[in-house]
Amino acid sequence: MIGRDTEFDACAADALTLEVSAKAIIADGVCQLTLREPGGHRLPDWTPGSHIDVILPGDRVRQYSLCGDRWDPLIYQIAVLREADGRGGSLYIHDELHVGDRLRTGGPRTNFALVPAERYLFIAGGIGITPLLPMIHQTQVLGVEWSLLYGGRSARSMAFLPQLSYYGDRVTTWPQDEKGLLELPTAFAAQPAGTKVYCCGPAPLLAAVEEIGADWPKGSIRIERFIPKTAHAPVRDDPFEVHLQRSNVTVTVPPGTSVLDAVTTAGVTVLSSCRQGICGTCEIPVISGTPDHRDSLLNDDERARGDCMLVCVSRACSNRLVLDL
Amino acid sequence: MNDDPFSHDILENPDDFHRRLRDAGPLVYLSRHDVYAMGRYEQVHAALRDWQSFESAAGVGLSNFRYEKPWRPPSLLLETNPPHHDAARAVLSPILSMRALRGLRDGWFADAEHLVDEIADRGLLDAVTDIAQVFPLRVFPDAVGISEDCRENLLAYGDHVFNAFGPSNDLVAKGMSRIAAISSWVNSQCARDSLATTLPDGHPTFGAQIWAAADRGDITYQQAPMIVRSLLSAGVDTTVHSIAALLYVFAANHDQWDRLRANPSLARVAFDEAVRLESPVQTFFRTATRSIRVGDATVPDGKKILMFLGSANRDPRAWTQPDRFDLTRDPSGHVGFGMGIHQCIGQHVARLEAEALVTAMVKRFRRIELIDTPRRHHNNTLRAWESLPIALTT
Repeated sequence: MIGRDTEFDACAADALTLEVSAKAIIADGVCQLTLREPGGHRLPDWTPGSHIDVILPGDRVRQYSLCGDRWDPLIYQIAVLREADGRGGSLYIHDELHVGDRLRTGGPRTNFALVPAERYLFIAGGIGITPLLPMIHQTQVLGVEWSLLYGGRSARSMAFLPQLSYYGDRVTTWPQDEKGLLELPTAFAAQPAGTKVYCCGPAPLLAAVEEIGADWPKGSIRIERFIPKTAHAPVRDDPFEVHLQRSNVTVTVPPGTSVLDAVTTAGVTVLSSCRQGICGTCEIPVISGTPDHRDSLLNDDERARGDCMLVCVSRACSNRLVLDL
Repeated sequence: MNDDPFSHDILENPDDFHRRLRDAGPLVYLSRHDVYAMGRYEQVHAALRDWQSFESAAGVGLSNFRYEKPWRPPSLLLETNPPHHDAARAVLSPILSMRALRGLRDGWFADAEHLVDEIADRGLLDAVTDIAQVFPLRVFPDAVGISEDCRENLLAYGDHVFNAFGPSNDLVAKGMSRIAAISSWVNSQCARDSLATTLPDGHPTFGAQIWAAADRGDITYQQAPMIVRSLLSAGVDTTVHSIAALLYVFAANHDQWDRLRANPSLARVAFDEAVRLESPVQTFFRTATRSIRVGDATVPDGKKILMFLGSANRDPRAWTQPDRFDLTRDPSGHVGFGMGIHQCIGQHVARLEAEALVTAMVKRFRRIELIDTPRRHHNNTLRAWESLPIALTT
């Protein structure tokens, strides 16, 4: 039914504040969140391997892979492992976040795209199964051969086993308390030429996969590595100032208003199109200040450089941004 | 409705038909071609974003690939659905991003100055053949890595590709005699050996970057030339006609040219406003992936729906005084480049070409004046000019 998504500006003000519409424990220590746009609008499109940034109270930013169905444009799903000795983000999600609460988010974007291959070997360690689930679904749609090697501490801690059982012997589950560590050399040796390996999981697993695949053709081994942002200035949820250098105009951007709208209201027209951080039309050079990137387009290097931003969704970490406008 | 949107009468001036189409409702059946149509902004915008319901893989022309064999191998970008669409889009998107194009900016602005130097003392000229065709055919194939020879083939190729999205009428027949030879030339240009790897300033060409993505394994070696082909099909005629549209609306609205002269930074806004108003790409089809309700009507599964981008961009339900070319308007959100996952991937390239050209022109010329009746060029998909006789006043 179209027509629900009618107003061009309906999603503009604060495009990526999402509401928790469902929360469920799906394995020991793993909860799955379903997120929706509070007005029921379409969410930005995504591809398998994409993650979203989730901004938690205290302005902590965490990245979680999307593990739902991209053919459903109205919800995102993420699965979060409870890490008692982590940095506190997962504890908040497990213990304090409730259905109906709202979360600020960024993205989705991907550093882990599914590229064409003659065959895929997916390797998941624990919660690292999340980005691989949509990849597996998609590989089925494409009709390409694949197999999954899925390790975890115990069968009870391994999420999505019921869904995966549907795929029969393409899936090898490997609970450590029953079978020990994953036998990677065996899995690699069984692969014909033309296979691409996608791996997500704890750092030692990624290192082992990279080592075993070191001799494989360029681009064959693809791993997802979430690097905690250490040097990143904290995001904020209070007003900041944007100075437009060429126009010599300064505007204050309050929470809930996009930089794009604040600038346009001040009388400076900035072309935009999707207003979801996807198309790149409103990309503006940043002269000084630190942007808080919320788009789906810039890669990690471009974000770190901080010399441009998509003003339809991205905001500021610093008190002031100076834009080339 | 019984109108044929591909008839010469409507191609010459679609305004009255678009008005009747919008007024007839959010979804209209076009009996001549047994297809459905959307002419209002709200439905066109929503449907373009809803790739799950309105697919592209059955072709974005009248021909339904579920039942008919495409005339050429389908485009990996335009005529695919996710997941087949993903890899090509992911590879091309950063190559054509605004960040990447900044490396071409100075060169294109200098090229535009050269062109303005060449035409400045001619006084009388044709804005289509002397400007709108010349500038894109210089800078864009250079950026892709195409050699200088026979570039005019790209115009004929694009014209036929966009005619072929319509019915098999006289416009398609007109191109048939040459299309095999021209297609073969275009395909040969997409091969790695045919493409220059770098521009004179050392910047890697789009073509070389696409082939490098195959080396990285991000696309296959079979996909690389097809993605280069997409640049050549979709990146030339569209830009030529967009620039011609921009020059026409300035020639017809001297007050807006004066406004641009007073504030040249409006060049980008001016281009998008011209794209909104003239919509060089007028239409694209989608195909219903299921039975879909739109308002009180229903599109049956598998039926084609013709999206009237040009009509949506002039829908008074969405735009104030939609028929006016007005640089005080914010044209953002127009659907002239489409919307959603298939939105024109070259839109930033088109904007940069137009910005470079019009910035050079506005510095030099006080006025663009029509000196004779302009003539339309009919195409089943494109709104175009055959001839725009103008005088440039310095």
